[in-house]
Amino acid sequence: MLNDFLLLMKSELVLAFILFLLLIIKVAAEVKNERLLALIQILLLGNFIYGFFFIQNGSLFGGMYTTNGLIAFQKSILSLGIYLISLLFSDWLKKSEHLIEFFILLLSAVMGMFFLISSESLLMFYLSLELATIPVAAMANFDLHKKISSEASMKMILSSALSSGVLLFGISLIYGATGTLNFSAIPALLDGTGVQILAFIFLFTAFAFKLSIVPFHLWTADVYEGSPIAVTSFLSVISKGSIAFILLTTLYKVFAPMHGLWYNMVMLLSIITMIVGNLFALRQQNIKRFLAFSSIAQVGFILVGISSNSILGTASVVYFVLVYVFSNLAAFGVAGVISQHSGKERIEDYRGLYQTNPFISWVLALALFSLAGIPPTAGFFGKLFLITAGAFKGNYFFITVAALNMIISLYYYLRVIRAVFMDSNEQPIGKINLDISTKLGMIICGAGIVLLGLLSWVYDYITALSI
Amino acid sequence: MMEPGLYHVLIISTALFFIGVFGFLTRRNLITMLMSIELVLNSVNINFIAFNKYAWPNKLDGLFFSIFVIAIAAAEAAVAIAIIINLYRSHQSIDVENAADLKF
Repeated sequence: MLNDFLLLMKSELVLAFILFLLLIIKVAAEVKNERLLALIQILLLGNFIYGFFFIQNGSLFGGMYTTNGLIAFQKSILSLGIYLISLLFSDWLKKSEHLIEFFILLLSAVMGMFFLISSESLLMFYLSLELATIPVAAMANFDLHKKISSEASMKMILSSALSSGVLLFGISLIYGATGTLNFSAIPALLDGTGVQILAFIFLFTAFAFKLSIVPFHLWTADVYEGSPIAVTSFLSVISKGSIAFILLTTLYKVFAPMHGLWYNMVMLLSIITMIVGNLFALRQQNIKRFLAFSSIAQVGFILVGISSNSILGTASVVYFVLVYVFSNLAAFGVAGVISQHSGKERIEDYRGLYQTNPFISWVLALALFSLAGIPPTAGFFGKLFLITAGAFKGNYFFITVAALNMIISLYYYLRVIRAVFMDSNEQPIGKINLDISTKLGMIICGAGIVLLGLLSWVYDYITALSI
Repeated sequence: MMEPGLYHVLIISTALFFIGVFGFLTRRNLITMLMSIELVLNSVNINFIAFNKYAWPNKLDGLFFSIFVIAIAAAEAAVAIAIIINLYRSHQSIDVENAADLKF
């Protein structure tokens, strides 16, 4: 019994262990930031590696918590993401006065996401969703002296509080209509009456808020611009990824009987999301806002994969999130390094970057090619699988719109690459001496972008897990 | 004297929900917006308890859920108020119109 408990919840227990260790260090010892950060990086690497061992299937707490191979793999993707964040932003983290607090908040948010992915009941789902969002809102305020940081954090906490209110109203209607909160018991009791459809719309609205699907995306760009870059990258990669995973479970498992209804909703929202995300990304001058709108457009592509309602859909979304972790974190890592050393965040400041800093220019180019979906990189295969999964429905109008949006997105990604490589600038950003761990993080990201596209067994492995 | 039924309670809770949303969208003071969110959360509590009493009297999930909602609402309000205090320090105001540096 205890053995089961320890093995099934191993990923959460390891995170809790790291959390308590950090708390004890905070209270008991004065450690220099450099040594502390090295310790945290080692712990997070250990957490990532440990995620691949002792994987078991099973459920706990009267069916509220479940785990299997796919869920363990999704958790490993998130662990990899936090390890990369601790590497890429080491310059910023070392100078931070509140390094331990940052990681305590970050790890509790990640623990919430782990429980979120594993949740098997609406109660567990709600609790873990709150655990995954409230610490992030506090993290957004980490540049305590900056006005825009506190504004971003205010916008984040208020919009997430309203969205969780909407989510709760939907959950209460589902409880009223079916009398149960369990994911496996709900589908049999759904028969498509008005209350259930209303409940589904409320629930999906809350998901749309968290994933920043278009009519509900307005907080995204503001929060991304105001927060410190490390927090922005966490929000745009890890929190988006975890919500996409649980959206898969909710739509494919809980609302499977309402498939006809949600297919139309997802299709419509996906088209609007891709178009609006792309069109707004065209006119952005700030690199963080630009990446925010590009991430909105990417969510539109994730919805194309989700709409397929098949094993292929699950596999393609998980694979895309894995690729997205590498490519988006590399882009944010470069933006973070430049912002830390020169304070510049506008795209026009990036002109002539290649002459002074060839290494980070190549990393940025690779990341942006992958985000745009250009063939040798993994991003191309990610989008290819998403669109293939969506195409199995036979709705070719939808797929054509998605493919056209890939072409629009090429324009603005290449605009940044042109600024970096081809434009000349009288006062380019000076030579930046990269920290060793930042460099390591960028190399891992670049290797991931190239290798994930070349190694076909990764996708096969995910497909094998998705069944 | 008519006994109040499920529909009466549901009308109250739905009205409370939309009053909360309306207040959130129209008020400009951050504390009042936070209070509007509390209205939304409490309408959900009424919903859960009403469903538990009238529709599923032999189950307990709804009652448990409303207790958790109250606890989480308190945690959320604590973080939100800390953020609002920090916003007040940097902006000298808790009016949302004054915190509008970030625009599209």
